[in-house]
Amino acid sequence: MTQILDDIDRAIIVATQDGLPLVERPYDVVAEQVGIDGAELRRRMAAMLDSGVIRRVGLVPNHYALGYAWNGMTVWDVADDDVAAAGAALCSLGFVSHCYERPRLLPDWPYNLFAMIHAKRKDDADQLVARAAAALGGMNRGHRVLYSTRILKKTGLRLKGGGDVPPKPVPARA
Amino acid sequence: MDSIDRRLLDDYQHDLPLDPRPFAAIGRDLGIAEDEVIARLDRLRQHGTVSRVGAVVRPNVAGASTLAAMAVPVEWLERVAALVSAYPEVNHNYQRDHRLNLWFVVACADRAGVAMVLLDISRRTGLEVLDLPMLEHFHIDLGFGLQWT
Repeated sequence: MTQILDDIDRAIIVATQDGLPLVERPYDVVAEQVGIDGAELRRRMAAMLDSGVIRRVGLVPNHYALGYAWNGMTVWDVADDDVAAAGAALCSLGFVSHCYERPRLLPDWPYNLFAMIHAKRKDDADQLVARAAAALGGMNRGHRVLYSTRILKKTGLRLKGGGDVPPKPVPARA
Repeated sequence: MDSIDRRLLDDYQHDLPLDPRPFAAIGRDLGIAEDEVIARLDRLRQHGTVSRVGAVVRPNVAGASTLAAMAVPVEWLERVAALVSAYPEVNHNYQRDHRLNLWFVVACADRAGVAMVLLDISRRTGLEVLDLPMLEHFHIDLGFGLQWT
């Protein structure tokens, strides 16, 4: 997919990557940093939402802080011809937060479809995986779940390499 | 965390109004004042329940990124994990329960930058680094539904 982003669009992404300021007129504040007016900024953000450059604008929940201690990276081996249908099926389940096609690296890694799930308990997580497997049916030629056992670093998207210090590793499950 | 906080989390993961005063618009929906919306969001953020309030940008549109995986011998894991996390280009790093036990995201301005970071990590650790860039992104139509029980 080709996305034409001009310098102002990039500046908007850089200015908002740590979040909007929590003030009465957050868009005006960001617009001033970028050197445009608030209406122009909101128009550009709407255009980037339409084109998919910005996926969403809103609260970004921290699943761990909300008690979703089980973060599972489910990985699936599906035929290349089935990837689009399988990805759509996983997305429609309502509990997958991210879903991507990635290359297989044989023989180490046969899985080409990745979907993230989050649950408060291991049983619930396993149930979500079972529901995902049921949704894929015969398209699923093999799958695994890789649960995270520790978060070693987690920061948002950075367009410019910052000097941010990695946090101390925290256990995924207390 | 009360019912209003929960509504903020349930209803505004995707559709923060693109209104000059978005928090006033949310307040009208929830029946509370603009300054209370702001105070609640500030508190949720300070508690870490909400990482931030803002735009989530699709990967690879404003730069290049990849998901990398390594099979690190257990006795080296602490050192290798710290070495990987120290790169400013690494924005997520997780230990996972698999032979490939270290998974991290590398993001740079371009693909060459990503390749250089992976090569550098491989050279410094003497370990293979698998490079699993996104080929296709499948759109999540529904928000991630939180369960409050």
